[in-house]
Amino acid sequence: MLTATFEPVLTKTMQYPESHTLEVYRKHGGYEALAMALQKQPDEIIDMVKRSGLRGRGGAGFPTGTKWGFVPKSTDKPKYMCVNADESEPGAFKDRLICQKDPHQLLEGTLIGSYAIGANRAYIYIRGEFAHEARLLERAIEEARTAGFIGRNILGSSWSCEVTMYVGAGAYICGEETGLIESLEGKRGWPRLKPPFPAVVGLFGCPTVVNNVETLACVPHIVKLGWEWFSSIGPERNSGPKLYGLSGHVNRPGVFELPMGISLRELIDEHGGGVPGGRPVKGVIPGGASCPVLRGDEIDLPMDFDSLTRAGSLFGTGTPIVMDDTTCMVRAAWITARFFAHESCGQCTPCREGCGWMQRLLWKIETGEGEERDLDTLLSITDQIEGNTICALGDAAAWPTRGFAKKFREEFLQHITERRCPLGGGSLH
Amino acid sequence: MLSPEARQRIESLKTVYETNQSALIPALHVAQADQGWLSEETQREVASILGLTAQAVRQVVTFYTMFQQKPVGRHLIQVCRNLSCSLLGGQKLQKQIQDKLGLEDGETTQDGRFTYLSVECLGSCGTAPVLMVNDRYYENVTPQQVDRLLEELK
Ligand SMILES: Cc1cc2nc3c(=O)[nH]c(=O)nc-3n(C[C@H](O)[C@H](O)[C@H](O)COP(=O)(O)O)c2cc1C
Repeated sequence: MLTATFEPVLTKTMQYPESHTLEVYRKHGGYEALAMALQKQPDEIIDMVKRSGLRGRGGAGFPTGTKWGFVPKSTDKPKYMCVNADESEPGAFKDRLICQKDPHQLLEGTLIGSYAIGANRAYIYIRGEFAHEARLLERAIEEARTAGFIGRNILGSSWSCEVTMYVGAGAYICGEETGLIESLEGKRGWPRLKPPFPAVVGLFGCPTVVNNVETLACVPHIVKLGWEWFSSIGPERNSGPKLYGLSGHVNRPGVFELPMGISLRELIDEHGGGVPGGRPVKGVIPGGASCPVLRGDEIDLPMDFDSLTRAGSLFGTGTPIVMDDTTCMVRAAWITARFFAHESCGQCTPCREGCGWMQRLLWKIETGEGEERDLDTLLSITDQIEGNTICALGDAAAWPTRGFAKKFREEFLQHITERRCPLGGGSLH
Repeated sequence: MLSPEARQRIESLKTVYETNQSALIPALHVAQADQGWLSEETQREVASILGLTAQAVRQVVTFYTMFQQKPVGRHLIQVCRNLSCSLLGGQKLQKQIQDKLGLEDGETTQDGRFTYLSVECLGSCGTAPVLMVNDRYYENVTPQQVDRLLEELK
């Protein structure tokens, strides 16, 4: 089986006490990859990451090496690396684990990435609620600076780099890369129109790369173990180890490090210990709240970007939420719609108005006040939001609503004809 | 009025961040920790230290949910209302706390001890249901724990 020979790397040292300290990190080979990277040309690092097949773990799955390659070489402007530790997608809680248990792994990846793109400054943008993790990272930065991994002429090279923490203040939209940049500049997290892309015009108008925490945590291992090793794990074009965050109705929720492409059913049944009481799986949101729901009979599929897109959903952050047969899908849709309505930044009319409208219609149906035409209206709103907004929050709100309404149409209709929730709200009550 | 220490810290943030405006969110965190919330007066003080307009500060304060625009209790209780927590009893937890404290969403007890908020995903879905008291997480929370917690927080 795929998982039999797999050895975790991202979580390997997390089992040791004090795994967050520099001492423990170095004892297990920490910062050796940085030293190796500094012996190479930045372009060689970019090439390695390209060949590894690493795709962004923040949700969109964009090839990391390709993104780094977009940063212009001949520019007098400073360049920036921004670490996206905003982790606010409902269902996702994997980046927090890295920040908590292995902040130096993140720092080492951040430094190698910064070297590769020619940045002398990196920011770690962490959501404000993760105050504890922010303090751990701050301490890790101090340790790394004292040891000569951060600061001037790192490890005797001609390259210098500073790493600075930036603690957010509660806003999902600041996880969107240009919202994050605006927030870092001390403004509202209002996403920018693209193009220009951040790689060309980003933070303070300068070339900027925004990468997810887990993406960067993969980088030291690619440098140390080789791109061939990384690309040999998981399906083609979807390579590498992955931190799956499993939550909802499972016996053993948590973060599991497994290869890309593991079967969703295996993840739930074997690693998550199955559904409590042996109840059937009714639905799974495979990759965080913005990914369309799968029915319980659709979960025999590999967890990777391409397979989930083919199945009409999305891999997202690879963090499935499992719902058993006591769960009302209209209420689940409503909770999701309420989230996006709450988090819409308000810049674009289709998203600002549409998200609230979807939320109200879903509540109407859930409480037995719905009519059949409300279902049509709901679907037409999703069509009108999708593709018509500055950033992907609009899409992220439209897709799950459409998914619930299409995959569980019968249940929606039952609410309408019976004029009540047949489950009385069910497990979500 | 901001304490001299808070002023000093905000002053020093100017050298950490590359522009005064980019020091704004960190500065507001300092000001809120100092004052408990961000009154208009506090916002003006921050604006003046950083050389920003009051409007630039206000725009930011009103955008981010963690910036409090009215006084909050000593213990700010935030309970997650999103999916993974709701699947595992998050709604019941909310009701239990609200009933016990007699608070609607966003309200503060008269003695200034508690403020209650229901909030979106706190990024801790694997240990649902979760709540926060000030900046501390409580995970895998049971009804018994909530009762005890509310007693203990003075
Ligand atoms: C509404 C919205 C919220 C997002 N939130 C996050 C987040 O919390 N963390 C994250 O890494 N990426 C988030 N993203 C994706 C980022 O825009 C960006 O693609 C990502 O940080 C790039 O890093 P990666 O290529 O390493 O995945 C979000 C995107 C959208 C549209």
